[in-house]
Amino acid sequence: MIVALLILLVGIGTVAFHFLSPWWWTPIASNWGYIDDTIIITFWITGVVFIAMIFFMAYCVFRYRYRPGRRAVYEPENKKLEWWLTGLTTVGVAGMLAPGLFVWDQFITVPKDATEFEVLAQQWQFTYRLPGQDGVMGTSDSRKIDSDNPFGLNPDDANGQDDILIESDELHIPLDKPVKVLLRSIDVLHDFYVPQFRAKMDMVPGTVTYFWFTPTRTGTFDVLCFELCGVGHYAMRGKVVVDEEIPYRAWLAEQPTFAQSLARAGNGAGEELAAAP
Amino acid sequence: MASFAPTKAEQVPPAEVGEMDLYHSHSWWTTYVFSQDAKVIAIQYSLTAISIGLVALVLSWLMRLQLGFPDTFSFIDAGEYYQYITMHGMIMVIYLLTALFLGGFGNYLIPLMVGARDMVFPYVNMLSYWIYLLAVLVLVASFFVPGGPTGAGWTLYPPQAILSGTPGSDGGIILMLVSLALFIVGFTMGGLNYVVTVLQARARGMTLMRMPLTVWGIFMATVLALLAFPALFVGAIMMTLDRILGTSFFMPAIVEMGEQLAYGGGSPILFQHLFWFFGHPEVYIVALPAFGIVSDLLSVHARRNIFGYRMMVWAIVVIGALSFVVWAHHMYVSGMHPYFGFFFATTTLIIAVPTALKVYNWTLTLWRGNIHLTIPMLFAIAFIITFVNGGITGLFLGNAVVDIPLSDTMFVVAHFHMVMGVAPILVIFGAIYHWYPLITGRMLNETLGWIHFWVTFLGAYAIFLPLHYLGFLGVPRRYFEMGETGFIPPSAATLNEFVTVIALIVGATQVLFLFNLAWSLSKGKLAGRNPWRAASLEWQTPESPPGHGNWGPALPLVYRWPYAYSVPGAAEDFIPQNVPPSRETGNESHEALPGAAAQPAE
Repeated sequence: MIVALLILLVGIGTVAFHFLSPWWWTPIASNWGYIDDTIIITFWITGVVFIAMIFFMAYCVFRYRYRPGRRAVYEPENKKLEWWLTGLTTVGVAGMLAPGLFVWDQFITVPKDATEFEVLAQQWQFTYRLPGQDGVMGTSDSRKIDSDNPFGLNPDDANGQDDILIESDELHIPLDKPVKVLLRSIDVLHDFYVPQFRAKMDMVPGTVTYFWFTPTRTGTFDVLCFELCGVGHYAMRGKVVVDEEIPYRAWLAEQPTFAQSLARAGNGAGEELAAAP
Repeated sequence: MASFAPTKAEQVPPAEVGEMDLYHSHSWWTTYVFSQDAKVIAIQYSLTAISIGLVALVLSWLMRLQLGFPDTFSFIDAGEYYQYITMHGMIMVIYLLTALFLGGFGNYLIPLMVGARDMVFPYVNMLSYWIYLLAVLVLVASFFVPGGPTGAGWTLYPPQAILSGTPGSDGGIILMLVSLALFIVGFTMGGLNYVVTVLQARARGMTLMRMPLTVWGIFMATVLALLAFPALFVGAIMMTLDRILGTSFFMPAIVEMGEQLAYGGGSPILFQHLFWFFGHPEVYIVALPAFGIVSDLLSVHARRNIFGYRMMVWAIVVIGALSFVVWAHHMYVSGMHPYFGFFFATTTLIIAVPTALKVYNWTLTLWRGNIHLTIPMLFAIAFIITFVNGGITGLFLGNAVVDIPLSDTMFVVAHFHMVMGVAPILVIFGAIYHWYPLITGRMLNETLGWIHFWVTFLGAYAIFLPLHYLGFLGVPRRYFEMGETGFIPPSAATLNEFVTVIALIVGATQVLFLFNLAWSLSKGKLAGRNPWRAASLEWQTPESPPGHGNWGPALPLVYRWPYAYSVPGAAEDFIPQNVPPSRETGNESHEALPGAAAQPAE
């Protein structure tokens, strides 16, 4: 009796917690509302099954509790019941899988008009690169990385000269424009994630990974590293600022290009030489 | 239904099993220490696994203290925190759960349940335990080397695992990899034994479709382990070479802290494929024995046959097979080819069908039963609840696109703890309460068991249910401290305090269980023969607890399946597997039915 009641309470408590809990999705700021919708579908299908199982079990524990002299029913199989349950479960699973695959297809299909930016990760910071005027990123190679060329850009590649390098943890992106995020790491696995955007992907040294999204509201959002990357993992943060077009342009104009920063590095070296006796 | 109940033609079972040549020990050392008796080896495995499991429990306390009360404990720094979570995970999954289910329960139950005298290769079986112990000792040693144990996370992803930004990248990671390799060597020796024993040493009449689901679960899990562990083995060897000899199996060109390293050309994602090719079957290596054992607990204590036995067997086989084609659902955000997502999401969700079927059949076993709410039964019911909860969240994470926002959040932590932490451990507890009388001849104390059950079940549920919701919020796993963010409300910190307090209580309650184990050994109520009035073979030995060689002068003959409970027309509400059809109606004296004289345990 008590046991049946407690089982029931666990079920009811779980549902109550679900609806009363103050902890839920961080309000979305990208086009990936589809992902949230798929989760809601999954919640409903699985929630109904969960509650049905718990209630049925509580009922059984109460109704068929031990009574001296009672005999259980001997029924090794019930083919019909088992096939019905198999069929219904298959329908339920298909109900979750179909929207899931549909949205996955959207998730991996980058729109043609998406602009690119690159996130470069290393222990334990994010920096960023934009393609510049020509809209094309220059080639890069982590073997070329040194203190004057922290992104490892190929200095002989014309496409790279106007690439904009942002050596701070804060990136601005324009509102309502689809972006393809190119992800690079130069040391270990990292992961670039803004909870409000819902989309993430690991950054893997030796390869460039990507995902895409469209920011749908302005604001400043925290970037967190979401793949364990060593002792400083928890402190590896960044910021993404989603701007309207005009403030975005203003911010962009202040950022140095690869050519400029190379020249500055060259001058710096020259000054040091000049200062030497 | 031919296989369940004996027909005339089947009364003398066809398969002939030869007598076994048993090794007989000659001294105290070979009886209790270097023993070749599977029952002793089982106890050794279990005690070792539980001991190292206690280390993992303490580690979980330490990490919960940090998560609940950051900035409070000066003795926990970030590096140590990562070492705690890594070692906690690795110990629980491999050295506790795998070892206890297969080395512990497998060794004790397989020979007894299939009617064999022992494992078929007793000497190799003994070696299996000693190599396992060596693996555990190497693992423990890593706590004491300079730099401490590895803090790479239990997944040990390179390049991070072997680079200097990760704690324990000196000796810790090497010892970890060596220990894993040793574990796999030891396990393979035991695993071959379990498989061959099930296939070759069953008693006459014990057809495959008359085996208890416990044996089916452990058997299939062992097959999975024998096929899956080699992937981890080669992964561990290759990473050891990368670390010690500077090879580049998993290491691309790397610039570490501004310095170009000599590595180049390797693939970090290759390791992830190897790891999860092992890692996902590993989930079922833990789950299938739990599935099997819980089926038997439910059946015995509800006095009802397991519902849909053949479906249950096939579900175990199908789940086992499918578990080899779902591994990359752990890697949706790894940067692998995006088309993999379609395939692995589909296979992963398909696996939910046979799994759900098992859950239905468990609850349908309760339906129209005569349910004794014994401690093992309570644990079995709690298993179903936690397993359904954890299985359902698996449908979220298995569906590629849903996994994108949830991966590496606390949702994942909550999911896998519920489904392969809490649920199997509840089965382990239930199984220990159930078979302790067989092993020791005494019952465990019920009052202590009742307290232990409710605190453990409700506590564990209260720990892991809310953590899912922190995951929705976007709270990452493997964070030493959350620091400042714009999206995590202060209430999340309050929740973390609550969870930590509950975790401390649930952990401390396990001391009660350990006390019960020790106290009942000499003070527990005498169990007598077959106290639960179970029909399966392990309770029908001539001596109880079973002696060396299990079966006295003659091997048992098996006439029916192990779930002959409440059979209409039978004298008792159970008919043991080895009772011939002529005696099942009880026309002869009750004494003829083993266990019939024992008091029903209530």
